[in-house]
Amino acid sequence: MRQDTNMPTTEASDFAAVATSPAGESGAGAAVSIHGLAHSYSELRTIERLDLDVPAHGVLGLVGPSGCGKSTLLELIAGLQDPSQGEIVVGGGVEASSRLAHCAFMPQRDLLLPWLSAIDNAALALRNRGVRRDEARRQAGRLFERFGLAGFERSTPAELSGGMRQRVAFLRTLIAGKPVLALDEPFASLDAITRAEMQQWLAGALAAEPRTVVLVTHDIEEALYLCDSVAVLSARPARIVEQLSAPAPRAANRDDAVTDPAFVSVRERAMQVLRGNAR
Amino acid sequence: MKRWLLPAAVIAGLIGAWQIAASSGVLADLLNLESFLVPSPAEIAEALWQSRSLLAENTWVTLREMLLGLACAVIAGLAFAVALHLSENLRLAFYPLIVASQTVPIIVIAPILVVWFGYGIGPKLAIVALLCFFPIALNTYDGLRSVDPEATKMMRSLDASRAQILWRVDAPSSLPYFFSGTRIAVAFAAIAAVFGEWAGSDSGLGHLMLQDNAQLETARLFAAVLVLSVMAIGLVGLVALAERRVVTWR
Repeated sequence: MRQDTNMPTTEASDFAAVATSPAGESGAGAAVSIHGLAHSYSELRTIERLDLDVPAHGVLGLVGPSGCGKSTLLELIAGLQDPSQGEIVVGGGVEASSRLAHCAFMPQRDLLLPWLSAIDNAALALRNRGVRRDEARRQAGRLFERFGLAGFERSTPAELSGGMRQRVAFLRTLIAGKPVLALDEPFASLDAITRAEMQQWLAGALAAEPRTVVLVTHDIEEALYLCDSVAVLSARPARIVEQLSAPAPRAANRDDAVTDPAFVSVRERAMQVLRGNAR
Repeated sequence: MKRWLLPAAVIAGLIGAWQIAASSGVLADLLNLESFLVPSPAEIAEALWQSRSLLAENTWVTLREMLLGLACAVIAGLAFAVALHLSENLRLAFYPLIVASQTVPIIVIAPILVVWFGYGIGPKLAIVALLCFFPIALNTYDGLRSVDPEATKMMRSLDASRAQILWRVDAPSSLPYFFSGTRIAVAFAAIAAVFGEWAGSDSGLGHLMLQDNAQLETARLFAAVLVLSVMAIGLVGLVALAERRVVTWR
């Protein structure tokens, strides 16, 4: 799995060097497809008969009542667990190790390591692949400038605000250079205003660096703003109750987008579906 | 300022009271003892000064036993903690044994070790190392066990090998635990070294204490106790200092 130092650098895109996946596949072909998935922890059935497809560079939202197994589903996709039944294909790979190679997982809390600076946290994936420290910092540094973190490279995580920490955590996931991102409630710990800002920031980041994304959230508005389509899950054992298309995914102005009548009506529909099952 | 002044005032008060009680003979009368068996702080200070080279020689012997024993304990404790952390079989096999063996008073096996290994530094090292091993091994292992499983998942997803997770996440997370174990171990080391010397030796502060006790050199006995205490406190302070320099993120 480890690659040696000196990943190829191209001048055309700053990010091309960083985005090279460890397995070397192109990001454009990657997609997630799930067939007949069922999962249980000993006696507890968490997921039942689940089928899902995410096209390359598509963004899929997963919403559902708490404890319905959406985080488990995300870990299964990311290759951190093996399903009890069914098949999960990520970037052409079925095995957990192959899914792990094609998918980067961003946990709920930022989990920045307090003994590393912001830039060293962001560059962790490069360091794990054997890239030398100064080279890893140089590559991560370019992203810090592009994504509004310039000047915070040497800050410790404790010195950063909640929003900043989430940005660093997201860059850490992005720098892993994998075609699929699995984001587990990335903004759940933020206050409402910061969360709205971060949603717009993430929309911009995904426009600049398109990836296939599976986003777990309990915030329907967040899901409908950030995702192309949103799967509403039932209470445990999780299955898909309804899949909704978002009217204007990742619009430049979030505030306008979420107050648009088309957006509001889809959001109402999603609420109805959720209520019907969350009861 | 207050943090230093208040305890200093208490210590000075206690020494002053002891000086008055001892030099006036009140303390000796109270304990029903000859007055030379109840030395005053001034007499202890005098013994300390007069026997300074003797004390220094024996302090060095004991200090060496403590430091070498601690070094063995740190190496063995870290290796053990990491092995238990990495292998579930080792953990299942050894963890209950280790916890149980902590209740065995290791100090009482000192005489056996002297019988086996003689009067040299060997048995003392063994006693110090054995006694210091447990707090270091158990604390470090607890630290490794308390690593956030989410952080491990995150690292796996970022292509980290088991060794990289150990080095970049597990080791730094458990450093504070390692240091608190080592602080306890350092305090144990002085006691262990003295017990090792009591079981059989021809030098060291413990040996000197036994001699002074037999020869009724009570003032010098107290002086040796004082030196031992100061040495132990100094070592604990050094560990605390090292912790502050290394664990900067707390």
